[in-house]
Amino acid sequence: MTDSRPVIAEFVDVHRHYVMGDNVVKALAGVSVQVKKGDYLAIMGRSGSGKSTMLNILGCLDRPTQGAYLVGGRDVSRLSDDALSEVRGHEIGFIFQSFNLIPQLTVLENLEVPLFYQGRIGPESRAKAEHLATRVGLAGRLDHKPMELSGGQQQRVAIARALMNDPLFLLADEATGNLDSNTEREILDLLDELRAEGVTIVIVTHNAKVAERADRTLWLKDGTVECFVDNRKTQAVPS
Amino acid sequence: MIGDLGRTIRLGLKSLLLHKLRSSLTTAGILFGVASVIAMLAVGEGASQDALMRFRDMGVTNVLIRSKKPEETQQSSSSSGMSILGYGLFYKEADRIADALPSATVVRVREVQRGLMRSENWVSSIVIGTEPAFLPVTNMQIAEGRWLTDLDLSRQANVCVLGASLARALFPLENPIDQTVLAGTEDRFRIIGVLEYQGRAAGASGTTYDECAFVPMTSSRRRFGDTVRNLSTNRFEAVELHEIKVRLETSEEVESAAAVLRDMLLPKSDPAIGGMAPHVKAGDVEITVPLELLKQEEASKRMFNIVLAVIASISLLVGGIGIMNVMLATVTERTREIGIRRALGAKKKHIIQQFLVEAGVLSALGGLVGVGLGLLIPDLITRFFDQRTDVLPQHVLLAFGISAAVGVVFGIYPAWRAANMDPVEALRHE
Repeated sequence: MTDSRPVIAEFVDVHRHYVMGDNVVKALAGVSVQVKKGDYLAIMGRSGSGKSTMLNILGCLDRPTQGAYLVGGRDVSRLSDDALSEVRGHEIGFIFQSFNLIPQLTVLENLEVPLFYQGRIGPESRAKAEHLATRVGLAGRLDHKPMELSGGQQQRVAIARALMNDPLFLLADEATGNLDSNTEREILDLLDELRAEGVTIVIVTHNAKVAERADRTLWLKDGTVECFVDNRKTQAVPS
Repeated sequence: MIGDLGRTIRLGLKSLLLHKLRSSLTTAGILFGVASVIAMLAVGEGASQDALMRFRDMGVTNVLIRSKKPEETQQSSSSSGMSILGYGLFYKEADRIADALPSATVVRVREVQRGLMRSENWVSSIVIGTEPAFLPVTNMQIAEGRWLTDLDLSRQANVCVLGASLARALFPLENPIDQTVLAGTEDRFRIIGVLEYQGRAAGASGTTYDECAFVPMTSSRRRFGDTVRNLSTNRFEAVELHEIKVRLETSEEVESAAAVLRDMLLPKSDPAIGGMAPHVKAGDVEITVPLELLKQEEASKRMFNIVLAVIASISLLVGGIGIMNVMLATVTERTREIGIRRALGAKKKHIIQQFLVEAGVLSALGGLVGVGLGLLIPDLITRFFDQRTDVLPQHVLLAFGISAAVGVVFGIYPAWRAANMDPVEALRHE
């Protein structure tokens, strides 16, 4: 049975080399992967395996040295800084390990940041922020400052913020790394719910418990794909 | 876009309020710069207006020749109380001037100090003996009654015109016209007119024409004589004329007329070159040319403005460096926020805009408070130092505009640094 879902993000033999003095460090050495609409992909690997580099390129914060990265079918690997900013603003929803809310802004203002840079602030952005805050279970907290919320609540705000621009996919970086195990479960449950509603999720983690919620896990080693594990067929994860 | 800018400004204010002390200290740099610029401009403008008005009051087409009392030597003042001090301009000098400058109006002025008495009111005043042309030459106006005429002069009439303040002092309740006033002990004058209030200095130091009485030149000579007792030094002084006012028809003639008069009346540095008037003693005469003073004042105002511009630039430069310093610290502190904003779609220009607006808001706030202080200081200076100050709206706008511009200019580098951070590095920043 062929999978007819559209590919929304694709690495085609992506290399990323860093020049450190006389040495060239090959952080990524030919990675190819497709993320289709509705996918839930986990990216795992030890530190130094190229996870962070892959995350940065996936998030359009960095460009491949070689190879192509396609977002929604469009090659973004040679785009200008401004154009990459637009891709980030329109197509990607970031969720960070340390929540990364802007401390002096209220929850509502934090939620509106992505739309602000698209010039879309107004009654609609407010309605959308209220809707998404309710969706992640934070109705009535719009006027709070991030510091007045618990870690789990902050991460819910961050997830709502990531959904404000209706992104092609959510890109989560150790989304539960700063949370206790109960809160971690709540956040992962929330991601599961979103996924059930059709949201595409890519999560970078070193935590097996987090990765096993995904459909597939991509294992990185020394900048290359070591293997893919289909979590729906097996719970076993190679160590 | 306007709404977006409003939001940027509002959120910028919010960020600045996170560090209230730091922001207000930085603001203070701009604040005092702006306040001092406004205050200095106001004082300069006030002093200059004051001077210009004084010189204009003297008449820009006039040349004023005053008798100067020679410096009293120890010997002359102690030798005898009854000696007569003779100095000053003579009547025939006025005639010579009139001959030399046929198109000019020459007005002779004698000043005699007398106590003026009207029933129980007594005022020490200066009785000015002069001619009808005095009124147009000094640009004064009659408020009531009439001014002196040629007929009054030829008849040596005992009539007088009072300055506004003097009239009020002597006749607080009645109309002074046709009343009489006693000058000294025996000279009685009928009042024929009262001048409008002038508020301007008379020739004699420290008084104004409002406090003087005016009588015909001829009556002054006849009544008081040419030798009069100076009440303040208690000595007799023989002075024919205290002042000669020369009015030219146009201001173009002033320069050449002044040269002629100086040639006639002032001692030459080299006596061999020529003819100082033989009867004028060296140093007896002082020539004032209001037009020259006006030009000098304008030149010194230009100089003052240059000095002020330098001081203002330095103080605003210092303020600007303060802003730059704080903005650099802010950018470093908020590296992570910059990373977050970049990840959420902010372009470099958005980051630049955000920090420029913050710097602009910071200095504009300082400018605003500075304007308030700058308006207050001249007021206090006027109140406590009796110094005229003029705050011009364009100076306020200029100072405020410069302060806002300083913020933006000195915010450029920090904002540029913020915008050019690598988003990946910025996000990793603790």
